[in-house]
Amino acid sequence: MGIKDKGMRKNFIERMLGPIASMSLVFLLGIALTLIITGMPAFREVGVLKFIFGNEWRPTFDPPYFGIWPLIVASFIVTFGAILFAVPIGVASAIYTAEIASPGVRETIKPVMELLASIPSVVFGFFGIVFISPILQKVLGLPTGLNGLNAAIILGLMAVPTVASITEDAISAVSKDLRNASYALGANKWETIVKTVVPAAKSGIFTAVILGVSRAMGETMTVLMAAGGARGVPSSIFVPMRPMTATIAGEMGEAVIGSTHYHALFAIGFVLFAINVIFNLAAEYVKKGGNK
Amino acid sequence: MRGINKVLFLAAAVSLMFAAAASAAWKWPWQQQKSNVVSIQGSTTNLPITQKAAEDYMKVNKDIEISVRGGGSGVGIAGIIDGACDIGNSSRAIKSKEIMNARAKGVNPHETVIARDGMAIVVHPSNSLKNITVDQIQAIYTGQIKRWSQLGGADEPIVVVSRDTSSGTYEVFNELVLKGSKLRTDCIMTVSNREVAETVKNTNGAIGYVGLAFLSDGLNTVTVEGITASNATINNKTYKLARELYVYTNGPPAGNAKAFIDYILSEAGQKIVADVGYVPLR
Repeated sequence: MGIKDKGMRKNFIERMLGPIASMSLVFLLGIALTLIITGMPAFREVGVLKFIFGNEWRPTFDPPYFGIWPLIVASFIVTFGAILFAVPIGVASAIYTAEIASPGVRETIKPVMELLASIPSVVFGFFGIVFISPILQKVLGLPTGLNGLNAAIILGLMAVPTVASITEDAISAVSKDLRNASYALGANKWETIVKTVVPAAKSGIFTAVILGVSRAMGETMTVLMAAGGARGVPSSIFVPMRPMTATIAGEMGEAVIGSTHYHALFAIGFVLFAINVIFNLAAEYVKKGGNK
Repeated sequence: MRGINKVLFLAAAVSLMFAAAASAAWKWPWQQQKSNVVSIQGSTTNLPITQKAAEDYMKVNKDIEISVRGGGSGVGIAGIIDGACDIGNSSRAIKSKEIMNARAKGVNPHETVIARDGMAIVVHPSNSLKNITVDQIQAIYTGQIKRWSQLGGADEPIVVVSRDTSSGTYEVFNELVLKGSKLRTDCIMTVSNREVAETVKNTNGAIGYVGLAFLSDGLNTVTVEGITASNATINNKTYKLARELYVYTNGPPAGNAKAFIDYILSEAGQKIVADVGYVPLR
């Protein structure tokens, strides 16, 4: 037992931390490779353009059609709808908890919101089927409540905690000097929030929105249960639709391993992965630009 | 710089291992088959029968281990073709393409009927429809008939509910009703019989098809070509939307697999068939 021994142990631990920290990199690369390798036969057999822009998804029809354009459109409609719900609610709650609420109120709202994030998605999906869908059907006079809007509302609810907590971090990170300067110029609290704090935190808020988008885009169980699953190119948010994630989850269990259908589902996974990577890179880029 | 290179190298190496494992050619030691194990996979429709039968069978025959997995009819038949399981569950008959694949690999799929099942056509209780023909169902599911008024009902749109096209239930519906024509694209697709029932219950203009086991209060069952779906009409083949549930083996069943299939066909086994909601063969 000496200083040397201690030094070696420290050295060893430090050496181990690097590989452990790189684990997520390993998993990311591994997942990307698996998606590409397993999805490749579908791209090769169907053709990349025909696969992405083909507007008929009939994997078990004879002959089968593997066009995922309806699924891509459905994913974007549902995600865009979800953001319309999640961003105003999330940003408003963040402003409220970070700037306006008294400590007591804040200590109540924050844990409740975190609780919202911990509800399993299948429960949200069930909530959509039995609660929101009948309301939409009655209020809007639609033939069915299992549609894009139903999924968008629930996904929006699910993304609220993500958007709110990251926005709140961004707002709290705005320096006190800026606020004080704003007050010194005679601005009241509201003017300071709207004209100083929020603009100063805008790159952080943008990140929150992008992460909310990723959350909504990648969510599976909820859309599988609530969106209706129709496979045509959706004409509006009010019709049943079938986002990419729902297709993978719904069909993977019954696709024969090694068939084109099976490979096509992995290829959808790859397209989804690519879209999310693009979103996240864009967010990173904007964030860096904003901090300059 | 060297540290970063090392990390990248490690990442690449482990990723390759991932990819190797994903390529399915890899067999881990625990994937080797044991001799007193009967593995069953396939149709989720057959699942309740084989699952319950396996439980009861293992209570009596303690030295035998029966593992039952779902996966769908296609997976069950593929499992027989590539030797991944001893018994393949299927809720549809094997396709000629699959028989050709099997023959090419020296496998001889052998079919045993273990039970029957009927598909009931259900509508919302508010619907006045009492009877429907197979041609009308086809016209609804292909989109030629879009409103209930075309069938003498209220002037409201028909909300069409179907099982997912990868399911055995859909394949049988496809064979008996659609007969190869394309399903309309605005049809609601659900992942289970239960969800079809749930959706039809909650939607005024809805129509759907479910297995007899899933009929319940809050659903109106309509007669097909004037015949009510029941055990009797399905067994004497007067009800049109009926199907047989199969198990497939490589060659006629033998050994433990034969013993288990015989158990399902026995009186006790057929009682299980009735208990879980399907139609026993006798």
